[in-house]
Order: sequence, then structure tokens, then C-alpha cells
Amino acid sequence: MSPSPSPGPAALLRVARGGDRRAVARLITLVERGGDTALEIAGLLPAADDAGHVIGITGAPGAGKSSLTGRLLACLADAGRTPAVLAVDPSSPLTGGAILGDRVRMDGFAAGAFVRSMATRGQQGGLAFAVPATTRLLAHLGFDPVIVETTGVGQVEVDIASAADTTVLVTSPGWGDAVQANKAGLLELADVLVVNKADRPGARDARRDLELMLDLGHISGLEARAGRRPEIVLTVATTGDGVPELLAAADAHRASLAAGDGLVARRRRGRRLELAATLERSLRALVDTAMDTPAGRRVLADVEAGTMSPADACAVLLAGMGPQPPRGA
Amino acid sequence: MTGAPPRIVLAKLGFDGHDRGLKIVARILRDAGMEVVYLGLRQTPEGVAAVAEQEDADAVGISMHNASHLTLGPAMVEALRALGLATPVVVGGIVPADDAETLRAAGVAAVLGPGASAPEVVAAVRRVAVPDDG
Ligand SMILES: Nc1nc2c(ncn2[C@@H]2O[C@H](COP(=O)(O)OP(=O)(O)OP(=O)(O)O)[C@@H](O)[C@H]2O)c(=O)[nH]1
Ligand SMILES: [Mg+2]
Repeated sequence: MSPSPSPGPAALLRVARGGDRRAVARLITLVERGGDTALEIAGLLPAADDAGHVIGITGAPGAGKSSLTGRLLACLADAGRTPAVLAVDPSSPLTGGAILGDRVRMDGFAAGAFVRSMATRGQQGGLAFAVPATTRLLAHLGFDPVIVETTGVGQVEVDIASAADTTVLVTSPGWGDAVQANKAGLLELADVLVVNKADRPGARDARRDLELMLDLGHISGLEARAGRRPEIVLTVATTGDGVPELLAAADAHRASLAAGDGLVARRRRGRRLELAATLERSLRALVDTAMDTPAGRRVLADVEAGTMSPADACAVLLAGMGPQPPRGA
Repeated sequence: MTGAPPRIVLAKLGFDGHDRGLKIVARILRDAGMEVVYLGLRQTPEGVAAVAEQEDADAVGISMHNASHLTLGPAMVEALRALGLATPVVVGGIVPADDAETLRAAGVAAVLGPGASAPEVVAAVRRVAVPDDG
């Protein structure tokens, strides 16, 4: 292969706006790799606007998120819309490798849609660090909606509610998903609740469990604070039953946000949390650098040997790291 | 930034129904630190090429166990080139030595026999799948 000079971000973005999918794919790779090129791409996109619709699909492993997403793609194609999907699966913490197995479940429905798989690459919370920047890019390029499938989540905190306008929580009957979701605070984040696998026994019970928990939220005042009681939709992802209703519920949620100041508030919150994530990532890099010095290794050895407490070690390391020189110095 | 893992699209072309081998290869590549977009069974060269385009894949790995490698291997290469993609293709399966030559002549980047060990699989994919730093 001859190493042809690859076009820069601005040129790629121009071509991508013209509908070139290879350019879209390439831009996502660059966003995902981070660094200066990713910042350059972010800088090329228009500042905040309230266009587009990012739908987050989250839920326990195997709940049917990918199958449902595939069916949603079919519905959206029927409606003449041009959706994109960002499907996130976990990276192995040990090797950094990943098996991205979501799109195989969308097989047969994804024709015409733009589907991209993304590994978490060390990020916690069910998403990859590059998700917000990528959804912004895709929305800017006219994909509507942009659907984000999180990794399978249960009792962990999820970040999807900060990355999506509409968060769909997928549960399934018989596994106590609703109870788990309630414990993890997932229920509070959901704008639409789905009981998938409604072809299985227990679907009605699962719906009742969800209703009960929402009733409790009504009594406790949570519902008033959230401003809205999430709709519950029963679906069978394997046949497509209930999927048009799910799409309608997501669209209705988007419309209700746009009717007030909800959309603006959501996106403000999203940017705030994105800043927090970026800060955390930068601090972690600083810490990694500090640990990877002779002094850092000495302190680590002392802690491992039990001759220094983690708290003392932390104080020593922090003292060694700061104060940082002012910017530009 | 350097150090992004190679992204590999893995699929089985044609109509036969075993994905055990493909799953093992997926696991081997994952454990070697690669990102594997797993497409599973019954894929077409055109479908896989469209996926490779969207995923910005650094390589496509295909297998087929029904002696159709001589048609499907070159068809995979052609489907990618038709989209303007230079993505290297790795073919795995029961491929006689003569056929391997033919496949390479048709633009297949590497051929792995059924006896290929995990390190051999990893080495072959690493060699062809170089994330370009454009
Ligand atoms: N009976 C039944 N099975 C379903 C339904 N939806 C999904 N499944 C099956 O459930 C399994 C998991 O489906 P996926 O779509 O991969 O679930 P997921 O939530 O994306 O899984 P992860 O991404 O691994 O967390 C598959 O075998 C599906 O065929 C449904 O409505 N009814
Ligand atoms: Mg999935």
C-alpha cells in the first residue's frame, strides 16, 4: 500500500458533510484517539445548538439493547430518517482488547444506517470517553437520531444520562432487573422504561414492579423534581412488537424537553459532566506520571511493604506534584 | 496519539453454520489487545465491506469452511476496493498451499491454515493491520 497523505480534519469534515461514510468513520477514529486532532475536530463543529436527538439505551447485560436498537433502526428507516448508532462494549482491563458484539444483533436491520462500535478503553460508567464528542459529530452531520448503546450495566453508576437527551432503560422479566435498576439509581435516570422480552412469562409482573417503584417516586417527591413520570413500554425485540411505541415514546420525550427549557438544561448538565470527566482523565494522567518516577516507585514500595500508610504516601506524592507552574510559564 | 488498538472486523462468509472457530479467533485477537468487531455467520462480502467502512477497520478477517475460499476470498478483496478501501484481508480456513498462492495473487494479505497457533494468528493479523496515524 502506498502511504497516501491522509486528509486533515477540516478536509475530512467537508467530505463527511457531503455524505461520505468513509470520512465519517475516519473522523470518529480521530476523535476516539484523542489528543490535538480530536480537539481540532471539536473546534470545527459549531458551538452549542439544540439540534439533533441523542437517545441512550442502557440496561443489564443481555436485556436486549442491541436487538431493540436494530428494530429501532428498521422503524426509523421506514420513517425516512437517517439514524446513527454508537454501540459501546467493554475493553478488557488486562489486555485492552475487546470483542465488539453489539452490531451482530442489529444484523439485517442496519442497512442504510451508520453503525459504529466503540470499546470503553478504560473508561468506567458504561461509555467510552469519546462518546459525547462522537455524538456531537454525528448529530452535526445530520444523523437523526443518534442512538448510543451502553455496555451492559447493573449495579454500577452509568454516565449515559449525561450523554443523552433521552435515556431508555431496558429491563426484562424474571431477572429482578427492575429491583437492581432501582438499587443502582438507574430508574431515576430513565426517561423511558422498557420491559423487553415481553413474550416471556412475568412481563406483566415486571411492569407492575416498575409502576410500583415509580409510585414510590411520586410519593417521595422525586417525580416532581424530575418533572416527568417515565413512560413504560413493553417490547419483544425478536419480533419488533412494541418498538414503534418505544420510538414514539422517545420522540415524545424529546418534544417535551424542547417545549420547555429541558433540552437546554440537559445539554448544560452534559457539558458539565464532560468537563468533570476530562478533568478526571487529566488528573489520572498526572498521577500516572508521578507514580512512574523513582520517588513514586519508592513510595509505592513502602506502601506495599506496609511501612508507609496510603494516606502519608498520598500526601508525599501530592507535595511532589504541585504547585504546578502557571499556564504559559 | 499512538497506541490505539488495531480494529479488526471478523466474519464468516457463506452459508455453513459453525462459528466455533471464528469465536476462538475473536478471543485470541481480543486477548492480544485488539478490538474485534464480531459479525458472526452468514455474511456477504458486500455486507462485510460496508461494516469495515463504518468501523474504519484496520483489517478484515474472514473464514469459510466450505471450499469456497477461491471465490469468496477474492470477492471480499473486491468488495472493499469497490468502496475505495485498502483494508487488508486475512483468510482463515482449510486452504491448500496452491490456493493460498492464488489468494495472495488476488490481493489477500495473509492466509492462515486450520493448524495456525494463537501466536501465529496474532502475528499475521498484527503484521497486516497497522492503524494508520493519519
Ligand atoms: N425471547 C426474547 N429474546 C430476546 C428478546 N430480545 C432479545 N432477546 C435475546 O436476548 C439475547 C441478548 O440480546 P441482545 O440484544 O444482545 O442484548 P444486549 O442488552 O444488547 O446485550 P449486551 O450488549 O451484551 O449487554 C439474544 O439472544 C436475543 O436474541 C425478546 O424480546 N424476547
Ligand atoms: Mg448489546
